[in-house]
Amino acid sequence: MPLAALTGGSMARPQAGLDAEFWSTQGQNFILGAVAIVAFIAVVALVMFGADLVKGKWRDKVQLVVLITPVLALLAIGLIYPAFDTVWLSFNEVVKEPDPVTGINTETISFVGLQNYIFAFTDPTVLRTILNTIAWIVLVPLISTGVGLAYAVFIDRAKGEKALKSLVFMPMAISFVGASVIWGSIMYDYNQTGTQTGMLNAVLEFLGFDAINFLAAEPWNTLFLIFVLAWIQTGFAMVIISAAIKGVPVDMNEAASLDGVNAWQRFWQITVPSIRSTLVVVLTTITIASLKVYDIVRTLTQGRNNTDIVANKMYVLSFVEQRQPLGAALAVILFIFVIPIVVYNVRSLRKVKETR
Amino acid sequence: MKRRIALPLALAATASLALAACSSDSEPEASDDTMEPTGEVMEGCEDYAAYGTFDGGDVEVYTTISGVELEQLVSTFDDFQSCTGLTVTVVGSDEFETEINIRIEGGNPPDLAIIPQPGLLQTVVGTGSVVPAPASVEANVDEFWSADWKAYGTVGQTFYAAPLMASVKGYIWYSPSDFADNGYEVPTTWDELMTLTETMAANGGSGPDYKPWCIGFESGTATGWPGTDWIEDIVLRQSGADAYDQWVAGDLDFASDEIKSAFEAFGAIALNEDYVNGGLGGSSSIVDTSFQEGGLPILEGSCSLHHQASFYEAQWPEANPDIVVAEDGDVWAFLTPPIAEGDPAAVTGGGEFVAAFNDSDEVAAVQTYMASDTWANNRVSLGGVISANKGLDPANASSDIGRASVEILQGEDTVFRFDGSDLMPSAVGASAFWTEMVEYVNGKNLDTVLADIDAAWP
Amino acid sequence: MATPAPAIPDETKLTPKRKSKAAEAKENLTSKWATAAAIIIAALWTIPTVGLFFTSLVPGEYYRTDAWWTVMFEGNLTFENFGIVMFDSFGDSTSAQPLLGNLLNSIVVTVPTVVFPLVIGLMAAYAFAWIPFKGSDWIFVGIFALQVVPLQLALIPLLRILGPEGIGIAGTFPGVWFAHTIFAMPLAVFLLHNFISQIPSDIFEAARVDGASHTQIFFRIVIPLAVPALASLAIFQFLWVWNDLLVSAVFGSIDTYPLTYPISNLAGDYGATAYLTPPAAFISMIIPLIVFFSLQRYFVRGLLAGSTKG
Repeated sequence: MPLAALTGGSMARPQAGLDAEFWSTQGQNFILGAVAIVAFIAVVALVMFGADLVKGKWRDKVQLVVLITPVLALLAIGLIYPAFDTVWLSFNEVVKEPDPVTGINTETISFVGLQNYIFAFTDPTVLRTILNTIAWIVLVPLISTGVGLAYAVFIDRAKGEKALKSLVFMPMAISFVGASVIWGSIMYDYNQTGTQTGMLNAVLEFLGFDAINFLAAEPWNTLFLIFVLAWIQTGFAMVIISAAIKGVPVDMNEAASLDGVNAWQRFWQITVPSIRSTLVVVLTTITIASLKVYDIVRTLTQGRNNTDIVANKMYVLSFVEQRQPLGAALAVILFIFVIPIVVYNVRSLRKVKETR
Repeated sequence: MKRRIALPLALAATASLALAACSSDSEPEASDDTMEPTGEVMEGCEDYAAYGTFDGGDVEVYTTISGVELEQLVSTFDDFQSCTGLTVTVVGSDEFETEINIRIEGGNPPDLAIIPQPGLLQTVVGTGSVVPAPASVEANVDEFWSADWKAYGTVGQTFYAAPLMASVKGYIWYSPSDFADNGYEVPTTWDELMTLTETMAANGGSGPDYKPWCIGFESGTATGWPGTDWIEDIVLRQSGADAYDQWVAGDLDFASDEIKSAFEAFGAIALNEDYVNGGLGGSSSIVDTSFQEGGLPILEGSCSLHHQASFYEAQWPEANPDIVVAEDGDVWAFLTPPIAEGDPAAVTGGGEFVAAFNDSDEVAAVQTYMASDTWANNRVSLGGVISANKGLDPANASSDIGRASVEILQGEDTVFRFDGSDLMPSAVGASAFWTEMVEYVNGKNLDTVLADIDAAWP
Repeated sequence: MATPAPAIPDETKLTPKRKSKAAEAKENLTSKWATAAAIIIAALWTIPTVGLFFTSLVPGEYYRTDAWWTVMFEGNLTFENFGIVMFDSFGDSTSAQPLLGNLLNSIVVTVPTVVFPLVIGLMAAYAFAWIPFKGSDWIFVGIFALQVVPLQLALIPLLRILGPEGIGIAGTFPGVWFAHTIFAMPLAVFLLHNFISQIPSDIFEAARVDGASHTQIFFRIVIPLAVPALASLAIFQFLWVWNDLLVSAVFGSIDTYPLTYPISNLAGDYGATAYLTPPAAFISMIIPLIVFFSLQRYFVRGLLAGSTKG
């Protein structure tokens, strides 16, 4: 348990180190950054122009290799190898036997087939986190894309559009931990007695309602957590959708409105179909984000009151409880959730390639 | 330290940051020409001569400690650094428990880690990356700590980690003036405590929403731990030290009668809406109240009793700087009473252990210093904490409760047991036990609570 | 732009005389309800941040007990907290460094990790979109699917490679850059590919007919045309890295920790310094907002400007 954080406030604080050394260290860091960027670009340019010197039929192939090798190499190291490692681990069990003298564990890894998956789908706690995760990946994209789309349409070509846009975009600038602090201690805060310091409950009491313990009230608490991520992601959806709407030819709308088609019909018959592929990209990106984000649950509820999600459970299982195989199985389950989205995107990719 | 650094610029950055970390008031004074016979030892460095001198060298200490306490920890190295020539960099992280596992698995552990739980020490030692404590550290521990404390730093039969700071748990905080006004006596048995609770509930108090007890469980990702302290105190007193040891070792299930009855004894208070939660609401408010704020309603007269460790004394002045923590002051504490009169005095407590991940001379020097009486006296003098180091002068403790606690820790006839949840494997002690305490207070069926904790035991 | 007055749909005809200038400008706000909805959304999305701002101004002694509006009516709000957070060492994770140091670290971490993935990602995106080769589709799909590999699981294997057992750059800025660049790849390739593949094909065909190599096309056509997409992606990558905690915590060290690290410690520390969390969180928002505003005009052409025909 944390002993930290509990000492008298009377300690004199050491003064800030804003001295010459501080500035010289920071200066060196900035130089390091600048040198790295320049060197990186120089190397890329040199290699690419080098590839351009190749003559004859090999030229295209060499250039293709130059173009895609960096990505493939980085991904192989950083993501592909861990992904295979995870899948393999999820079918195994690790038994740790401490040495009686040194206390150092001997690990025996044995293949257990689907045991970890069976556990995941039968243990009520884990099952609940899976169901919650489904709620997250359905609701977060729907809320943020829906609100983002509506807002983008409403403010399109309105006076002060830029300012209006930035109001909704602002939450994007906040980290997940920061957003959790805002919602947890400023919006959702709840006191059973005394005055409410949370804004939402203060409003509720002002209007004569009872205060709500937002993060404990099942099953709505999951919705309140979902809203925090939707609040952040709406700005992303709105900005991209707004750009796409600007690309819809004005004359299409004008022609339609001359024909007496009302705004609601114009929206569904012209705007939405015109930006369909943008909507798909936005929905895809936000869905994947909502599968992976664990910080909000970890900061606000730690999964209490049936609010846990797979991303957080996986983190806790792998790094706190040291039950890595089970954590790995949950990661694979996350991956399976995304397969339909991948398939859908592949099909629309094929279509684009065929039509051009 | 052995970390390889790829770029000279980064090296320079490390060095100059480290210099910045070393505050200027600790500059060594140049040894004057009238040299002492030893020659080597600089003035003011006599206490540090044993650790040797180095031509630079950087040691990273990784810890859960943050805030003001981290600054105090950093300043215990001021003289040590200027006398030995080493640079000690202290890094605090509130995600320590997870990051330490990642750093070890990734082959990038710190030089030293201050591990807050023997259970976590076991896990970390299990990876094979902790080096056994060098002889100089073991010598210090043999000299300054009891065999119990040394055992908590031992895994298997190998001694790895020296104890650092300590705290005494199981205090019950109260207001002496509240007790005097109402004619309450400090209870000497558990039954008297329950009778007192009943009387208090019947009498009521001066503050709004008065209930006898106030409790707070909220502590971020560690929410629920104050509840585990309750259970541990009750188990140790109800069933004795042997049952306690079996329980923390995993030989006695949570579902056993001994542990279940401890939960029931706690539930008799925490689940009784007449007894909790003064000034804060009902039972369900326990989970939403941060442990720092849990006892503060005593100051408003909204509750009379609050169960929390010795370190809670620092919390009172934060609520109101004029509060005096003393037997005749505004707040004071008694130890949770034994079940029956004449039972041996038993206390639970907590502490930290310093584990090393490499065996360089630089690291050994820092580790040896942290195990010494010099360090304990340096640190305790800065206030806020205590240590079980026998070389510690109780007078250095910054408060009455600190002095009282040091005396308990150093006392020969006290049955001392380490905080049980800190000894259990992380999956229980840093996870299921915490979360299920929360569920229990939220009204989950006790048998299910106990079965769920047992299920998490690896 | 002079828009000819459109035929007014029926429902607006019934609305009596609201021919103000604002009404004309907002021709797309087709009803009062749309305006109201926009206002409600804007308010809902702004209020929490406003709350954060005012909470940042609450002095430590009131932080626990009083809501910011109470403190405001009593006239006790103060800007002092920002000064403490920025320039005073208050015992954060970096022990001797004020938050300003972490703020500068954030910049050093973020800027290169925006540039690297953009360049590498654009190269690959062009190859996958316009160079036909065997398996191109499948590799692209694979990269897309890698987006879902949870970052957490990649930490330990990658740390083994970057740490002392590998190339030994963990704990330095290059180590953090390297890790961030890898994790940014799937999304960068996916989004840039979407944009580039929608550039009309005749541009590339004409260039190929003229004998241009892929390198020449990349520098002369792809980069200039992709500027708006690059700018948009740059913003999102910037936000992601700026707000990241996990990667920086694992691959960085006390010399490189960005703003999020001490903020997270503050947020987890309910003790004496809890009141400094809101100002610290507020400060961390400022630079991303400046970046957004200064690059905002690129959104007119936007990340997916070409996608409207699909």
